[in-house]
Amino acid sequence: MEKKISGFIHKPRIPMIRENIGILIGLALMCIFLSFFSDAFLTTRNLFNIMRQISVNVFLSCCMTMVILIGGIDLSVGSIIAVSGCLCAGLITNNGLSTVAAIIVAVFCGTLVGAFNGAVICLTKIPPFIVTLAMMNVGRGFARIYTKATTILVNDPLFSAIGTANMPGGIPVHLIYMAVIIVISWVLLNKTRFGRHIYAVGNNEMAAKFAGINVRNVKFMVYLITGLFAACAGILSAARTFSGQFSVGEGTEMDAISAVVLGGTSMTGGIGRLSGTIIGCLVIGVLNNGLNLIGIDSSWQYVVKGFVVLLAVLIDYLKKRN
Amino acid sequence: MLLRMNDISKSFSGNKVLSNVHFEVAGGEVCALLGENGAGKSTLMKILSGIYTKDSGTIYIDEKPVQIPSVAAARALGISLIHQELMLMPYMTVAENIFMGRELTRFGLADRKTEEQKAQSLINDFNLDIPADAVLGELSIAQQQMVEIVRATSFGVKIIVMDEPTSSLCEQDVNVLFTLIRKLKKQGVGIIYISHRLSELEEITDRITILRDGEYIDTVITKETTRQELITKMVGRELTQYYTKSNSRTDETVLEVRHLSDGFRVKDVSFSVRRGEIVGFAGLIGAGRSETMNCLFGLTKLQKGELLYHGKAVSIDNPREAIRKGIGFVPEDRKNEGLFLDQGVRFNASITILERFIRCFRYQRSVELDAVDKMIRDLQIKVTGCEQTVRTLSGGNQQKVLISRWLLSCKDILILDEPTRGVDVKTKAEIYALIDNLAKKGLAILLVSSELPEIINMCDSIVVLSNGYTTGTLERDAVSQEKIMTLATARF
Repeated sequence: MEKKISGFIHKPRIPMIRENIGILIGLALMCIFLSFFSDAFLTTRNLFNIMRQISVNVFLSCCMTMVILIGGIDLSVGSIIAVSGCLCAGLITNNGLSTVAAIIVAVFCGTLVGAFNGAVICLTKIPPFIVTLAMMNVGRGFARIYTKATTILVNDPLFSAIGTANMPGGIPVHLIYMAVIIVISWVLLNKTRFGRHIYAVGNNEMAAKFAGINVRNVKFMVYLITGLFAACAGILSAARTFSGQFSVGEGTEMDAISAVVLGGTSMTGGIGRLSGTIIGCLVIGVLNNGLNLIGIDSSWQYVVKGFVVLLAVLIDYLKKRN
Repeated sequence: MLLRMNDISKSFSGNKVLSNVHFEVAGGEVCALLGENGAGKSTLMKILSGIYTKDSGTIYIDEKPVQIPSVAAARALGISLIHQELMLMPYMTVAENIFMGRELTRFGLADRKTEEQKAQSLINDFNLDIPADAVLGELSIAQQQMVEIVRATSFGVKIIVMDEPTSSLCEQDVNVLFTLIRKLKKQGVGIIYISHRLSELEEITDRITILRDGEYIDTVITKETTRQELITKMVGRELTQYYTKSNSRTDETVLEVRHLSDGFRVKDVSFSVRRGEIVGFAGLIGAGRSETMNCLFGLTKLQKGELLYHGKAVSIDNPREAIRKGIGFVPEDRKNEGLFLDQGVRFNASITILERFIRCFRYQRSVELDAVDKMIRDLQIKVTGCEQTVRTLSGGNQQKVLISRWLLSCKDILILDEPTRGVDVKTKAEIYALIDNLAKKGLAILLVSSELPEIINMCDSIVVLSNGYTTGTLERDAVSQEKIMTLATARF
């Protein structure tokens, strides 16, 4: 599989399978294990369920990959989900906006939060952890205020269809949503100059500046994109439950970070691939789903999930040491 | 003999890095360890200081065989290694750094006062002008290095290994360091000195051991050898041409700088550069040479003065604009300011010309690979492939990768800030030939360097800066080290 170009032998960049082999084996083993312990696991119905369950995490993980690649972090994505979901629901139910209009406004507002994060992080030296942690609380608070601490129900057929429709064959429409967001993210990271710049900034910010890259712009855009993706996830989440709830999205930022880390992206930035993140989402999704099917207490699920992430990172660390 | 290393061999995953190497140092002597990058010097010293363990061979200290399984064991034997990158805490005080790991206590609580007193007396013993309660990060690199040496001696050291100690020092600080070394010699300490700077070896060392490709070549007495002999032994063949310099200066002025000031280190700098010319920038550290280059490249804002680019006044606000105008900049600190260490050669080389092969979601990999390949071949960069992680390359090859990035994108002016720092002799010669070739092709080259022989041999004219002011410009045929130093100290 070596290609000769202009006299030099080139090995192509490590193929996706070989780079993620560890986590793929883990995923396969988990599936085999679960199929033994639960008859319901390997059914099409359950597979479709898994697709629905991981859709929000896929949205968040894709943008979280970019954030972590530039050496930052965004803890506010869960709150952005709440903000955009509640806003959309409220606009449809209380203000009579059409679904499409409400979605546009809500996504815009969510993106604005992301832009705000980006602006503060770029213009001040405050660490992203602190800024997004603060916004996480602010966003959650605003959602709570907006919904007056109650649930806003939505009674709109288009809205429900967005969240629960199936394609022919029973395949949930979420598969298309995920496919689109994955393709967009992958193209952004691998086929644009912007993507290259993300890797450069994450690897060595000073060197990126010396190479003529507008570091501030790159960082700002990444947080803005994160706001955008999270807002879309928020719409999806609200559509699935036909409602706007201020508590939605709590803990989703942790799942997103876990998926990114499981997928092999380094927390210090500059190294990592989207393919790993997607497999990480699958691992977490199958884990959540499987543990439910077996009947394990939801409290224990937290413990298992935490250990799985720790194990994966440990293995990666040991591999890199050699 | 204070130290004798006999028949030392070491392999890493089947790759033999050292084969039957000998090395000895007597107490009160400075012995240099010389060799190209990859010759095995660092590995040998890491074995001595307990970071690696040898595969075979014996080490004798005071003629008694010893085992060195760990850094602590080495420290206990009186061996201390001063790294190229300082291993100190920038946010703690000098005294805290000196006593790191063996803090002084009084009734169980940290005794800062006694620490500072003891630290200060140690510092004063060496006639250094460093306050013990100063925060380390606020001192200059040279002073930080002195602190590291004081720390080592305070442990009751017998053997000190100095790895490229002068790479960040200017002429004055080098003299302070050498005075310190002579003091240590009088105390009977054995000093192992690793450096590529042959002029320094001539000045401070008593003997020189040469390694090549992991093998012991020879040990010579410094006074009895010549530079040419050393180079031949290092490289294994006659390196007849070290410097390459042709006359390619034209009359066309490409850049003119008038009374530049950045409000800080650069106070009043003026010079001009012509097409095909290599202009050197000499001066002491802190003279403002790198800072001037930062202004030219758009990294710092100009407070006063003007830049005339091909006769027209311009303002360059950021590196992107500089690059667009055809200016390239190889910075001084390649690890922190230039390279993306965890990425491959291809990524590092092509980062400034992305628009040539990535447009609107279309990525033409073959165009990128062609460009990078050409660079690898033209510059003879030793890599296993264009994806090799840059961190794993030797200093000389890393520098070549960085230079190739700018060769791909710069068309007019190339700024080189200490381009041969930490680079072995053979690669240095290759870089000199490259610089000369670029000048012949019509580039204007600005060469900042602290190595006077390098500047004198490679430049058509030399601009000397002193304390932020241009104090003079010397032409190639009328330059000497004394004249440069006179101008460099003129503004104090």
